[in-house]
Amino acid sequence: MLQVIPNPAERYLVTENPQQPLVQTRGVTKRFGNLTVLDKLDLDIANGEIMTIIGPSGSGKTTVLRALMTLEKIDDGVIYIDGEPLTHMQKGSNLVPATERHLRRMRSKIGMVFQHFNLFPHMTALENCIEGPIHVLGLSRAEARERARELLEMVGLASKVHEHPARLSGGQQQRVAIARALAMRPKVLLFDEVTSALDPEVVGEVLTVIRQLAKEHELTMIMVTHQMSFAREISDRVCFFYEGKIAEQGSPDQIFNRPQNPRTKKFLNAVLEGS
Amino acid sequence: MGFDWQWDYSIEILPALLHATINTVIATFAGFAVAMVLGVVFLAGQRTRYPLVSWLFREFVEFIRTTPLLVQVFFVFYVGPQFGVLLSPWVAGMTAIGVHYGAYLSEVYRGGLYAVPKGQWEACKALNLSPARTYLGIILPQAFPPCMPGISLYLVGCFKDTPVLSVIAVTELLNTASVLGTMTYRYLEPYTIAGLIFLVLSLITVACLSMAERRLRKMLGLPDHRH
Repeated sequence: MLQVIPNPAERYLVTENPQQPLVQTRGVTKRFGNLTVLDKLDLDIANGEIMTIIGPSGSGKTTVLRALMTLEKIDDGVIYIDGEPLTHMQKGSNLVPATERHLRRMRSKIGMVFQHFNLFPHMTALENCIEGPIHVLGLSRAEARERARELLEMVGLASKVHEHPARLSGGQQQRVAIARALAMRPKVLLFDEVTSALDPEVVGEVLTVIRQLAKEHELTMIMVTHQMSFAREISDRVCFFYEGKIAEQGSPDQIFNRPQNPRTKKFLNAVLEGS
Repeated sequence: MGFDWQWDYSIEILPALLHATINTVIATFAGFAVAMVLGVVFLAGQRTRYPLVSWLFREFVEFIRTTPLLVQVFFVFYVGPQFGVLLSPWVAGMTAIGVHYGAYLSEVYRGGLYAVPKGQWEACKALNLSPARTYLGIILPQAFPPCMPGISLYLVGCFKDTPVLSVIAVTELLNTASVLGTMTYRYLEPYTIAGLIFLVLSLITVACLSMAERRLRKMLGLPDHRH
Protein backbone atom coordinates (compact mmCIF):
# COMPACT_ATOMS: atom_id res chain seq x y z
CA MET A 1 0.00 0.00 0.00
CA LEU A 2 1.03 3.52 -0.72
CA GLN A 3 2.29 5.46 2.21
CA VAL A 4 3.30 8.99 2.94
CA ILE A 5 6.77 9.66 1.60
CA PRO A 6 8.56 12.38 3.52
CA ASN A 7 10.98 14.54 1.57
CA PRO A 8 10.78 12.60 -1.68
CA ALA A 9 13.57 14.59 -3.27
CA GLU A 10 16.03 12.97 -0.88
CA ARG A 11 14.88 9.44 -1.52
CA TYR A 12 14.00 9.63 -5.14
CA LEU A 13 16.37 11.85 -7.05
CA VAL A 14 14.42 13.61 -9.72
CA THR A 15 16.43 15.04 -12.55
CA GLU A 16 15.82 18.72 -12.88
CA ASN A 17 16.56 19.81 -16.37
CA PRO A 18 14.56 21.78 -18.91
CA GLN A 19 14.09 18.67 -21.00
CA GLN A 20 12.31 16.94 -18.23
CA PRO A 21 11.25 13.39 -19.07
CA LEU A 22 7.53 13.06 -19.61
CA VAL A 23 7.34 9.88 -17.58
CA GLN A 24 9.62 9.05 -14.69
CA THR A 25 9.37 6.17 -12.30
CA ARG A 26 11.47 6.27 -9.18
CA GLY A 27 11.87 3.21 -6.99
CA VAL A 28 8.56 1.84 -8.23
CA THR A 29 7.82 -1.48 -6.59
CA LYS A 30 4.86 -3.76 -7.04
CA ARG A 31 4.33 -7.01 -5.24
CA PHE A 32 1.70 -9.68 -5.69
CA GLY A 33 1.88 -11.50 -2.39
CA ASN A 34 5.48 -12.70 -2.05
CA LEU A 35 6.25 -12.11 -5.67
CA THR A 36 7.98 -8.84 -6.50
CA VAL A 37 6.85 -7.96 -9.99
CA LEU A 38 8.47 -4.54 -10.18
CA ASP A 39 11.64 -4.09 -8.19
CA LYS A 40 12.59 -0.48 -7.44
CA LEU A 41 12.16 0.45 -11.05
CA ASP A 42 13.71 3.68 -12.34
CA LEU A 43 12.58 4.51 -15.84
CA ASP A 44 12.65 7.75 -17.82
CA ILE A 45 10.74 8.36 -21.00
CA ALA A 46 11.36 11.59 -22.86
CA ASN A 47 8.67 13.64 -24.50
CA GLY A 48 7.96 12.23 -27.95
CA GLU A 49 10.01 9.14 -27.37
CA ILE A 50 8.88 5.74 -28.57
CA MET A 51 9.99 3.14 -26.13
CA THR A 52 9.49 -0.59 -26.41
CA ILE A 53 9.61 -2.95 -23.50
CA ILE A 54 10.57 -6.53 -24.21
CA GLY A 55 11.29 -9.41 -21.92
CA PRO A 56 10.15 -12.84 -20.81
CA SER A 57 6.67 -13.30 -19.34
CA GLY A 58 6.52 -12.40 -15.68
CA SER A 59 9.26 -9.82 -16.05
CA GLY A 60 6.87 -6.99 -15.16
CA LYS A 61 6.47 -5.44 -18.62
CA THR A 62 2.71 -5.29 -18.56
CA THR A 63 2.65 -4.33 -14.90
CA VAL A 64 4.61 -1.14 -15.65
CA LEU A 65 1.99 -0.08 -18.15
CA ARG A 66 -0.83 -0.99 -15.79
CA ALA A 67 0.82 0.97 -13.00
CA LEU A 68 1.17 3.99 -15.29
CA MET A 69 -2.53 3.73 -16.15
CA THR A 70 -3.29 3.44 -12.39
CA LEU A 71 -4.94 0.06 -13.00
CA GLU A 72 -2.45 -1.42 -10.58
CA LYS A 73 -1.62 0.21 -7.24
CA ILE A 74 2.09 0.39 -6.66
CA ASP A 75 3.49 -0.56 -3.27
CA ASP A 76 6.39 1.81 -3.17
CA GLY A 77 8.06 4.53 -5.16
CA VAL A 78 6.78 7.47 -7.14
CA ILE A 79 5.65 7.88 -10.72
CA TYR A 80 5.98 11.35 -12.22
CA ILE A 81 4.07 12.41 -15.30
CA ASP A 82 5.15 15.78 -16.65
CA GLY A 83 7.01 16.33 -13.39
CA GLU A 84 3.93 15.81 -11.29
CA PRO A 85 3.46 12.78 -9.05
CA LEU A 86 0.79 10.43 -10.41
CA THR A 87 -0.33 8.35 -7.49
CA HIS A 88 0.76 10.86 -4.87
CA MET A 89 0.13 14.51 -4.18
CA GLN A 90 2.49 17.10 -2.88
CA LYS A 91 1.53 18.16 0.61
CA GLY A 92 4.05 20.50 2.15
CA SER A 93 7.37 18.78 1.65
CA ASN A 94 5.79 15.33 1.75
CA LEU A 95 4.06 13.18 -0.80
CA VAL A 96 0.75 11.76 0.30
CA PRO A 97 -1.39 9.18 -1.55
CA ALA A 98 -3.45 10.89 -4.24
CA THR A 99 -7.16 11.56 -3.96
CA GLU A 100 -9.50 10.28 -6.65
CA ARG A 101 -9.75 13.82 -7.98
CA HIS A 102 -6.00 14.10 -8.42
CA LEU A 103 -5.91 10.68 -10.07
CA ARG A 104 -8.59 11.69 -12.55
CA ARG A 105 -6.71 14.84 -13.48
CA MET A 106 -3.47 12.93 -13.94
CA ARG A 107 -5.11 10.09 -15.89
CA SER A 108 -6.20 12.56 -18.54
CA LYS A 109 -2.57 12.67 -19.71
CA ILE A 110 -2.40 8.94 -20.29
CA GLY A 111 -4.12 6.63 -22.72
CA MET A 112 -3.99 2.89 -23.11
CA VAL A 113 -4.65 0.30 -25.79
CA PHE A 114 -5.30 -3.18 -24.43
CA GLN A 115 -4.39 -6.65 -25.58
CA HIS A 116 -8.08 -7.61 -25.73
CA PHE A 117 -9.29 -4.25 -27.11
CA ASN A 118 -11.92 -3.79 -24.37
CA LEU A 119 -14.26 -1.93 -26.67
CA PHE A 120 -17.72 -1.24 -25.29
CA PRO A 121 -19.82 -3.93 -27.00
CA HIS A 122 -23.11 -2.05 -26.76
CA MET A 123 -21.76 0.93 -28.66
CA THR A 124 -20.82 1.41 -32.29
CA ALA A 125 -17.25 2.23 -33.30
CA LEU A 126 -18.17 5.89 -33.40
CA GLU A 127 -19.95 5.82 -30.05
CA ASN A 128 -16.91 4.16 -28.51
CA CYS A 129 -14.80 7.05 -29.74
CA ILE A 130 -17.09 9.86 -28.56
CA GLU A 131 -17.85 8.45 -25.10
CA GLY A 132 -14.77 9.92 -23.43
CA PRO A 133 -14.59 13.19 -25.38
CA ILE A 134 -18.23 14.00 -24.50
CA HIS A 135 -18.33 12.83 -20.90
CA VAL A 136 -14.77 13.58 -19.83
CA LEU A 137 -13.40 16.29 -22.10
CA GLY A 138 -16.80 17.98 -22.31
CA LEU A 139 -16.88 18.34 -26.08
CA SER A 140 -20.18 18.94 -27.82
CA ARG A 141 -21.72 15.91 -29.48
CA ALA A 142 -21.20 17.35 -32.95
CA GLU A 143 -17.57 18.17 -32.34
CA ALA A 144 -16.85 14.82 -30.74
CA ARG A 145 -18.45 12.99 -33.67
CA GLU A 146 -16.48 14.98 -36.20
CA ARG A 147 -13.19 14.25 -34.48
CA ALA A 148 -14.08 10.60 -33.98
CA ARG A 149 -14.83 10.30 -37.69
CA GLU A 150 -11.46 11.79 -38.55
CA LEU A 151 -9.69 9.38 -36.24
CA LEU A 152 -11.60 6.36 -37.52
CA GLU A 153 -10.77 7.45 -41.04
CA MET A 154 -7.14 7.74 -40.06
CA VAL A 155 -7.12 4.14 -38.84
CA GLY A 156 -8.81 3.10 -42.09
CA LEU A 157 -12.29 2.43 -40.74
CA ALA A 158 -14.32 5.21 -42.33
CA SER A 159 -16.81 2.66 -43.64
CA LYS A 160 -17.27 0.97 -40.26
CA VAL A 161 -18.16 3.90 -38.01
CA HIS A 162 -21.66 2.61 -37.29
CA GLU A 163 -20.73 -1.03 -36.73
CA HIS A 164 -20.79 -2.66 -33.33
CA PRO A 165 -17.58 -4.36 -32.19
CA ALA A 166 -19.13 -7.83 -32.56
CA ARG A 167 -19.32 -7.22 -36.31
CA LEU A 168 -15.69 -6.17 -36.64
CA SER A 169 -12.62 -8.36 -37.02
CA GLY A 170 -10.00 -8.38 -34.28
CA GLY A 171 -7.74 -6.11 -36.28
CA GLN A 172 -10.56 -3.67 -36.91
CA GLN A 173 -11.56 -3.71 -33.25
CA GLN A 174 -8.02 -2.95 -32.21
CA ARG A 175 -7.87 -0.04 -34.65
CA VAL A 176 -11.09 1.34 -33.18
CA ALA A 177 -9.50 0.99 -29.74
CA ILE A 178 -6.50 3.01 -30.92
CA ALA A 179 -8.81 5.70 -32.32
CA ARG A 180 -10.74 5.71 -29.05
CA ALA A 181 -7.56 6.22 -27.04
CA LEU A 182 -6.35 8.96 -29.37
CA ALA A 183 -9.69 10.78 -29.09
CA MET A 184 -8.79 11.58 -25.50
CA ARG A 185 -5.65 13.44 -26.66
CA PRO A 186 -3.28 11.77 -24.23
CA LYS A 187 0.32 12.89 -23.90
CA VAL A 188 1.52 9.36 -23.57
CA LEU A 189 -0.08 6.30 -25.10
CA LEU A 190 0.49 2.84 -23.69
CA PHE A 191 0.25 -0.23 -25.93
CA ASP A 192 -0.08 -3.46 -24.01
CA GLU A 193 0.70 -6.37 -26.34
CA VAL A 194 -1.84 -4.99 -28.76
CA THR A 195 -1.27 -7.63 -31.43
CA SER A 196 -1.00 -10.69 -29.19
CA ALA A 197 -4.68 -11.56 -29.37
CA LEU A 198 -4.94 -11.07 -33.12
CA ASP A 199 -4.98 -13.59 -35.93
CA PRO A 200 -1.65 -13.42 -37.75
CA GLU A 201 -3.14 -12.08 -40.96
CA VAL A 202 -4.52 -8.93 -39.30
CA VAL A 203 -1.45 -8.08 -37.20
CA GLY A 204 -0.04 -6.07 -40.10
CA GLU A 205 -2.95 -3.65 -40.34
CA VAL A 206 -2.65 -2.74 -36.66
CA LEU A 207 1.11 -2.31 -36.88
CA THR A 208 0.64 -0.06 -39.92
CA VAL A 209 -1.58 2.23 -37.89
CA ILE A 210 0.94 2.41 -35.05
CA ARG A 211 3.76 3.00 -37.50
CA GLN A 212 1.82 5.87 -39.03
CA LEU A 213 1.09 7.29 -35.58
CA ALA A 214 4.76 7.17 -34.74
CA LYS A 215 5.63 9.05 -37.88
CA GLU A 216 2.94 11.72 -37.98
CA HIS A 217 2.24 12.50 -34.37
CA GLU A 218 4.36 13.84 -31.62
CA LEU A 219 3.01 11.30 -29.25
CA THR A 220 5.00 9.57 -26.57
CA MET A 221 4.49 5.85 -26.81
CA ILE A 222 5.37 3.02 -24.50
CA MET A 223 4.87 -0.36 -26.02
CA VAL A 224 5.03 -3.85 -24.66
CA THR A 225 5.36 -6.22 -27.55
CA HIS A 226 6.51 -9.61 -28.74
CA GLN A 227 6.91 -8.37 -32.30
CA MET A 228 10.68 -8.04 -32.26
CA SER A 229 11.09 -6.87 -35.84
CA PHE A 230 8.47 -4.20 -35.26
CA ALA A 231 10.14 -3.11 -32.03
CA ARG A 232 13.45 -2.83 -33.86
CA GLU A 233 11.92 -0.80 -36.65
CA ILE A 234 9.83 1.68 -34.69
CA SER A 235 11.53 2.26 -31.34
CA ASP A 236 13.80 5.07 -30.28
CA ARG A 237 14.78 2.92 -27.34
CA VAL A 238 14.32 -0.68 -26.31
CA CYS A 239 14.21 -1.82 -22.70
CA PHE A 240 14.80 -5.42 -21.79
CA PHE A 241 13.04 -6.32 -18.56
CA TYR A 242 14.10 -9.15 -16.34
CA GLU A 243 12.55 -9.95 -12.97
CA GLY A 244 11.00 -6.53 -12.49
CA LYS A 245 14.10 -4.59 -13.41
CA ILE A 246 15.62 -3.11 -16.52
CA ALA A 247 18.33 -5.60 -17.34
CA GLU A 248 19.49 -3.67 -20.37
CA GLN A 249 18.37 -0.73 -22.44
CA GLY A 250 19.57 1.09 -25.50
CA SER A 251 18.89 1.83 -29.13
CA PRO A 252 17.29 -0.98 -31.15
CA ASP A 253 20.63 -1.46 -32.84
CA GLN A 254 22.40 -1.91 -29.51
CA ILE A 255 19.85 -4.27 -28.05
CA PHE A 256 19.20 -6.43 -31.09
CA ASN A 257 22.62 -6.44 -32.71
CA ARG A 258 25.02 -6.00 -29.84
CA PRO A 259 23.31 -7.06 -26.60
CA GLN A 260 25.69 -6.97 -23.63
CA ASN A 261 23.70 -8.69 -20.95
CA PRO A 262 23.72 -12.51 -21.20
CA ARG A 263 20.04 -12.55 -20.22
CA THR A 264 19.20 -10.35 -23.19
CA LYS A 265 21.22 -12.55 -25.50
CA LYS A 266 19.50 -15.66 -24.23
CA PHE A 267 16.04 -14.12 -24.54
CA LEU A 268 16.63 -12.80 -28.04
CA ASN A 269 18.08 -16.11 -29.19
CA ALA A 270 15.05 -17.97 -27.86
CA VAL A 271 12.57 -15.53 -29.38
CA LEU A 272 14.23 -15.17 -32.74
CA GLU A 273 14.57 -18.92 -33.06
CA GLY A 274 10.85 -19.27 -32.57
CA SER A 275 9.91 -16.82 -35.28
CA MET B 1 -67.66 -38.48 -4.13
CA GLY B 2 -66.54 -38.88 -7.71
CA PHE B 3 -65.25 -36.43 -10.19
CA ASP B 4 -68.08 -34.25 -11.26
CA TRP B 5 -67.20 -30.92 -12.71
CA GLN B 6 -70.05 -28.43 -12.68
CA TRP B 7 -69.83 -26.00 -15.56
CA ASP B 8 -72.67 -23.79 -14.32
CA TYR B 9 -70.90 -23.29 -11.04
CA SER B 10 -67.59 -22.68 -12.79
CA ILE B 11 -69.06 -19.96 -14.94
CA GLU B 12 -70.79 -18.45 -11.94
CA ILE B 13 -67.59 -18.08 -9.94
CA LEU B 14 -65.38 -17.08 -12.85
CA PRO B 15 -65.99 -13.30 -12.61
CA ALA B 16 -65.07 -13.28 -8.93
CA LEU B 17 -61.92 -15.27 -9.63
CA LEU B 18 -60.91 -13.05 -12.52
CA HIS B 19 -61.49 -10.04 -10.37
CA ALA B 20 -59.22 -11.52 -7.72
CA THR B 21 -56.69 -12.24 -10.44
CA ILE B 22 -56.38 -8.50 -10.96
CA ASN B 23 -55.42 -8.18 -7.31
CA THR B 24 -52.92 -11.00 -7.66
CA VAL B 25 -51.34 -9.33 -10.67
CA ILE B 26 -51.21 -5.99 -8.88
CA ALA B 27 -49.67 -7.63 -5.82
CA THR B 28 -47.10 -9.35 -8.02
CA PHE B 29 -46.02 -6.27 -9.91
CA ALA B 30 -46.17 -3.92 -6.94
CA GLY B 31 -44.24 -6.36 -4.75
CA PHE B 32 -41.73 -7.09 -7.47
CA ALA B 33 -41.24 -3.40 -8.25
CA VAL B 34 -40.31 -2.89 -4.59
CA ALA B 35 -38.04 -5.93 -4.86
CA MET B 36 -36.28 -4.62 -7.98
CA VAL B 37 -35.40 -1.41 -6.15
CA LEU B 38 -34.50 -3.11 -2.86
CA GLY B 39 -32.29 -5.53 -4.79
CA VAL B 40 -30.19 -2.59 -5.95
CA VAL B 41 -30.07 -1.21 -2.40
CA PHE B 42 -29.06 -4.60 -0.95
CA LEU B 43 -26.31 -5.08 -3.52
CA ALA B 44 -25.03 -1.51 -3.19
CA GLY B 45 -25.04 -1.99 0.59
CA GLN B 46 -22.88 -5.08 0.23
CA ARG B 47 -20.47 -3.31 -2.08
CA THR B 48 -19.75 -0.26 0.07
CA ARG B 49 -16.23 0.28 1.26
CA TYR B 50 -17.31 0.21 4.91
CA PRO B 51 -16.77 -3.36 6.13
CA LEU B 52 -19.40 -3.19 8.89
CA VAL B 53 -22.12 -1.93 6.54
CA SER B 54 -21.36 -4.49 3.87
CA TRP B 55 -21.25 -7.25 6.48
CA LEU B 56 -24.64 -6.20 7.85
CA PHE B 57 -26.19 -6.16 4.39
CA ARG B 58 -24.67 -9.52 3.48
CA GLU B 59 -25.93 -11.18 6.65
CA PHE B 60 -29.36 -9.62 6.23
CA VAL B 61 -29.65 -10.88 2.65
CA GLU B 62 -28.52 -14.34 3.78
CA PHE B 63 -31.07 -14.31 6.58
CA ILE B 64 -33.91 -13.34 4.26
CA ARG B 65 -32.92 -15.94 1.69
CA THR B 66 -32.79 -18.75 4.23
CA THR B 67 -36.12 -18.13 5.94
CA PRO B 68 -39.57 -18.80 4.45
CA LEU B 69 -41.60 -16.00 2.92
CA LEU B 70 -44.58 -17.08 5.02
CA VAL B 71 -42.68 -16.45 8.23
CA GLN B 72 -41.58 -13.07 6.96
CA VAL B 73 -45.16 -12.13 6.06
CA PHE B 74 -46.37 -13.14 9.53
CA PHE B 75 -43.51 -11.26 11.08
CA VAL B 76 -44.20 -7.99 9.27
CA PHE B 77 -47.95 -8.20 9.81
CA TYR B 78 -48.26 -9.59 13.34
CA VAL B 79 -44.98 -8.75 15.05
CA GLY B 80 -44.72 -5.28 13.53
CA PRO B 81 -47.61 -3.86 15.60
CA GLN B 82 -45.85 -4.86 18.83
CA PHE B 83 -43.15 -2.41 17.86
CA GLY B 84 -45.66 0.20 16.78
CA VAL B 85 -45.42 -0.63 13.08
CA LEU B 86 -49.02 -1.11 12.09
CA LEU B 87 -49.36 -1.97 8.42
CA SER B 88 -52.43 -2.79 6.35
CA PRO B 89 -52.45 -6.30 4.82
CA TRP B 90 -51.52 -4.89 1.45
CA VAL B 91 -48.65 -2.77 2.66
CA ALA B 92 -47.38 -5.55 4.93
CA GLY B 93 -47.63 -8.00 2.04
CA MET B 94 -45.80 -5.74 -0.41
CA THR B 95 -43.11 -5.06 2.17
CA ALA B 96 -42.53 -8.73 2.85
CA ILE B 97 -42.51 -9.69 -0.84
CA GLY B 98 -40.34 -6.68 -1.68
CA VAL B 99 -37.74 -7.56 0.93
CA HIS B 100 -37.85 -11.29 0.21
CA TYR B 101 -37.46 -11.02 -3.55
CA GLY B 102 -35.17 -8.01 -3.19
CA ALA B 103 -32.73 -10.32 -1.41
CA TYR B 104 -32.88 -12.82 -4.29
CA LEU B 105 -32.65 -10.12 -6.93
CA SER B 106 -29.57 -8.60 -5.30
CA GLU B 107 -27.86 -11.93 -6.03
CA VAL B 108 -29.13 -11.89 -9.61
CA TYR B 109 -27.79 -8.35 -10.01
CA ARG B 110 -24.48 -9.41 -8.55
CA GLY B 111 -24.25 -12.17 -11.13
CA GLY B 112 -24.99 -9.68 -13.89
CA LEU B 113 -22.34 -7.33 -12.61
CA TYR B 114 -19.77 -10.13 -12.50
CA ALA B 115 -20.70 -11.09 -16.04
CA VAL B 116 -19.20 -7.79 -17.25
CA PRO B 117 -15.54 -8.48 -18.08
CA LYS B 118 -12.88 -6.80 -15.96
CA GLY B 119 -11.48 -5.22 -19.12
CA GLN B 120 -14.60 -3.05 -19.38
CA TRP B 121 -13.86 -1.46 -16.01
CA GLU B 122 -10.26 -0.96 -17.04
CA ALA B 123 -11.27 0.66 -20.32
CA CYS B 124 -13.48 3.05 -18.36
CA LYS B 125 -10.55 3.96 -16.16
CA ALA B 126 -8.24 4.39 -19.15
CA LEU B 127 -10.80 6.74 -20.69
CA ASN B 128 -11.00 8.51 -17.35
CA LEU B 129 -14.78 8.17 -17.11
CA SER B 130 -16.41 9.23 -13.87
CA PRO B 131 -17.75 6.48 -11.59
CA ALA B 132 -21.32 7.54 -12.40
CA ARG B 133 -20.74 7.40 -16.14
CA THR B 134 -18.88 4.11 -15.77
CA TYR B 135 -21.89 2.51 -14.11
CA LEU B 136 -24.70 4.15 -16.07
CA GLY B 137 -23.12 4.28 -19.50
CA ILE B 138 -20.93 1.21 -19.62
CA ILE B 139 -21.38 -1.36 -16.87
CA LEU B 140 -25.13 -1.46 -16.16
CA PRO B 141 -26.24 -1.69 -19.80
CA GLN B 142 -24.05 -4.77 -20.09
CA ALA B 143 -24.96 -6.16 -16.67
CA PHE B 144 -28.72 -5.96 -17.19
CA PRO B 145 -29.34 -8.41 -20.05
CA PRO B 146 -27.61 -11.31 -18.25
CA CYS B 147 -29.93 -10.58 -15.30
CA MET B 148 -33.06 -11.04 -17.37
CA PRO B 149 -33.40 -14.84 -17.06
CA GLY B 150 -32.98 -14.57 -13.28
CA ILE B 151 -35.41 -11.69 -13.03
CA SER B 152 -37.93 -13.61 -15.12
CA LEU B 153 -37.52 -16.66 -12.89
CA TYR B 154 -38.12 -14.71 -9.71
CA LEU B 155 -40.99 -12.70 -11.19
CA VAL B 156 -42.83 -15.96 -11.88
CA GLY B 157 -41.78 -17.18 -8.43
CA CYS B 158 -43.13 -13.99 -6.89
CA PHE B 159 -46.38 -14.40 -8.81
CA LYS B 160 -46.78 -17.95 -7.54
CA ASP B 161 -45.96 -16.83 -3.99
CA THR B 162 -48.73 -14.23 -3.80
CA PRO B 163 -51.15 -16.83 -2.33
CA VAL B 164 -49.05 -16.54 0.81
CA LEU B 165 -50.72 -13.17 1.26
CA SER B 166 -54.06 -14.92 1.74
CA VAL B 167 -52.96 -15.67 5.32
CA ILE B 168 -53.11 -11.97 6.12
CA ALA B 169 -56.41 -11.57 4.29
CA VAL B 170 -55.29 -9.96 1.07
CA THR B 171 -58.10 -10.81 -1.35
CA GLU B 172 -55.92 -12.33 -4.02
CA LEU B 173 -56.75 -15.33 -6.18
CA LEU B 174 -56.25 -18.16 -3.70
CA ASN B 175 -57.99 -16.30 -0.92
CA THR B 176 -61.00 -15.70 -3.16
CA ALA B 177 -61.06 -19.32 -4.34
CA SER B 178 -61.07 -20.50 -0.71
CA VAL B 179 -63.87 -18.11 0.24
CA LEU B 180 -65.93 -19.30 -2.73
CA GLY B 181 -65.26 -22.89 -1.74
CA THR B 182 -66.37 -22.39 1.86
CA MET B 183 -69.59 -20.81 0.72
CA THR B 184 -70.69 -23.83 -1.33
CA TYR B 185 -68.45 -26.63 -0.03
CA ARG B 186 -67.37 -27.13 -3.63
CA TYR B 187 -63.61 -26.73 -3.84
CA LEU B 188 -62.85 -28.55 -7.09
CA GLU B 189 -63.86 -25.78 -9.44
CA PRO B 190 -62.47 -22.70 -7.64
CA TYR B 191 -59.07 -24.25 -6.93
CA THR B 192 -58.77 -25.81 -10.38
CA ILE B 193 -59.64 -22.55 -12.10
CA ALA B 194 -57.26 -20.65 -9.81
CA GLY B 195 -54.51 -23.11 -10.70
CA LEU B 196 -55.19 -22.74 -14.41
CA ILE B 197 -55.11 -18.96 -14.17
CA PHE B 198 -51.71 -19.20 -12.45
CA LEU B 199 -50.46 -21.53 -15.17
CA VAL B 200 -51.59 -19.36 -18.07
CA LEU B 201 -50.27 -16.13 -16.57
CA SER B 202 -46.91 -17.73 -15.70
CA LEU B 203 -46.46 -18.98 -19.24
CA ILE B 204 -47.34 -15.57 -20.67
CA THR B 205 -44.92 -13.85 -18.30
CA VAL B 206 -42.04 -16.15 -19.18
CA ALA B 207 -42.66 -15.72 -22.91
CA CYS B 208 -42.87 -11.93 -22.62
CA LEU B 209 -39.70 -11.64 -20.59
CA SER B 210 -37.63 -13.85 -22.84
CA MET B 211 -38.80 -11.76 -25.79
CA ALA B 212 -37.94 -8.62 -23.83
CA GLU B 213 -34.45 -9.96 -23.19
CA ARG B 214 -33.85 -10.59 -26.88
CA ARG B 215 -35.18 -7.14 -27.75
CA LEU B 216 -33.01 -5.54 -25.11
CA ARG B 217 -29.88 -7.28 -26.35
CA LYS B 218 -30.67 -6.21 -29.87
CA MET B 219 -31.35 -2.65 -28.80
CA LEU B 220 -28.03 -2.51 -26.95
CA GLY B 221 -26.25 -4.22 -29.84
CA LEU B 222 -25.18 -7.10 -27.63
CA PRO B 223 -24.91 -10.63 -29.01
CA ASP B 224 -27.84 -12.96 -28.41
CA HIS B 225 -26.62 -15.61 -26.00
CA ARG B 226 -29.70 -17.79 -26.06
CA HIS B 227 -28.73 -19.97 -28.98
